[in-house]
Amino acid sequence: MESIQQQFVQLFGTEWGSTLFSLTTNLALIFAIVIPLLLGVAYLTFAERKIIAYMQIRVGPNRVTFFGIPWLRGWGQPIADAVKAIMKEIVIPNGANKFLFVLAPILTIMPALAAWAVIPFSPELVLADINAGLLYILAMTSMGIYGIIIAGWASNSKYAFLGAMRSAAQVVSYELAMGFALVCVLMMSQSLNLGDIVNGQQGNSFLNWYLIPLFPMFLVYLISGIAETNRAPFDVAEGESEIVAGFHVDYSGMAFTVFFLAEYSNMILVAALTSIMFLGGWLPPLDIAPFTLIPGFIWLLLKIAFILFFFLWFRATFPRYRYDQIMRLGWKVFIPITLIWIVLLGLIMQLPESVRNLPLLNIWF
Amino acid sequence: MNFQDIIFYSFSVILITSALGVITVRNPVYSALLLVLTFITCAGLWLLLEAEFLAITLVLVYVGAVMVLFLFVVMMLDINLDRLREGFWKWFPFGALVALIMVGEMSMVLMGKYFGSEEMPTPTPHDIDYSNTRELGRLIYTEYVYAFELAAVLLLVAMVAAIALTLRHREDKKSPDPSKQVQVKKEERLRIVAIPSEKKE
Repeated sequence: MESIQQQFVQLFGTEWGSTLFSLTTNLALIFAIVIPLLLGVAYLTFAERKIIAYMQIRVGPNRVTFFGIPWLRGWGQPIADAVKAIMKEIVIPNGANKFLFVLAPILTIMPALAAWAVIPFSPELVLADINAGLLYILAMTSMGIYGIIIAGWASNSKYAFLGAMRSAAQVVSYELAMGFALVCVLMMSQSLNLGDIVNGQQGNSFLNWYLIPLFPMFLVYLISGIAETNRAPFDVAEGESEIVAGFHVDYSGMAFTVFFLAEYSNMILVAALTSIMFLGGWLPPLDIAPFTLIPGFIWLLLKIAFILFFFLWFRATFPRYRYDQIMRLGWKVFIPITLIWIVLLGLIMQLPESVRNLPLLNIWF
Repeated sequence: MNFQDIIFYSFSVILITSALGVITVRNPVYSALLLVLTFITCAGLWLLLEAEFLAITLVLVYVGAVMVLFLFVVMMLDINLDRLREGFWKWFPFGALVALIMVGEMSMVLMGKYFGSEEMPTPTPHDIDYSNTRELGRLIYTEYVYAFELAAVLLLVAMVAAIALTLRHREDKKSPDPSKQVQVKKEERLRIVAIPSEKKE
């Protein structure tokens, strides 16, 4: 690494060499995160189809394979789907606003990928170890809504517009509950840095994870995350039985695929955040030999897969919520619960040291 | 000119052009989207000044929530541009006067001794453990706690007022009102009619 940096300095001079070097390394790191992520998205769609199929006593995709290997049947399906999507024509409707129509999918996927910059995969493996990581995550996830609204408006279709309106109201209301749940995590960890949040959960076993003291917040965060990513049972923005496919009804080919990629990478992001905030990130469940031998990022990936399974399980299990019920759940159930929990945590924080160390009370601080 | 200068100038150019676009573009949806771009570039400039908490909060609050609702409303309204431009020359002198006063005030502040690159030098970089957010939180909840609470109460009053002004009870509601139900008197519901009994033939 050092020698490469020196070569850069020799090539571009002292002033520009190190800047260009850090730009290049960061670009390489970004690719190292984004390419596995997009592959993960492809195979998440495969996992979704397989898992839901087995839950419904079917087999799911079982034809496309690599080089005719029989035991890989079905594993080629996501690649085949991707190739199909790339080959298809992007149809731009007559009355659509062309510029915004093309911009919308880009605006959806941009924050979904940008938020990954601060995710720590292990104590050292993080692209940007910034102090305000949690705030950055909140800011990035709150920007994803623009793509959906703009897509709905630019399509110049009533179905798309209805989907966009529903989605805007839903995402803005669930963001509040999500933010408040994260405020509780922040109060426990006393830091906005995601690495410090994981380090705050360090201990002998999984009993130290924030899952235990903040269990209601874990549920609120997970359910809000599902609503925030517009997944079933909160997928009224798509609502194929009522408004065809909601905001992306007029999209085809690669433009549609970008929305698809954004939705699934957002799912993986919410799963990663849940793992980091509540399930101890890269920490093993028990701090003893066989568990500690496995590297940290494998634990994180396992936890992400565990949460993602919940996403798929919910989709196979629950019918779609009615729209007013979604709003009621967000505003009248989740936000009061989170607010009460914040006040409660604040009170516990201010208790004298001797009371806080009593059994049962000592799980918080 | 180093890398930071290039970032600063390109952000400034984007900021000024998009801010001009907000007031000159005809389509209100484009105007709202350009305002979003203005906020984001502004956040970028604040990040250069090491004000990461303010920058991210600007994106979180204004871009993530306020502008979404703004866009929501602008897209739903069917705005007639010709009607909007109707009274332009009639109101132009008044608008120009307000603009002149604003320019005067701003120049009085900006030309004075409080602004300028000498008074506001580039902040000295803090070490990696320094957290802007923590320092800000400490100041808000200790030194400036009264101002902070006053602002909070002001916002709460505004919120209650907005809800009180727009709250309408529906007249055609079908659900029963319990207080009316328990106040019912016998005479309102029950009419005793004396019917002469029939006689057997």
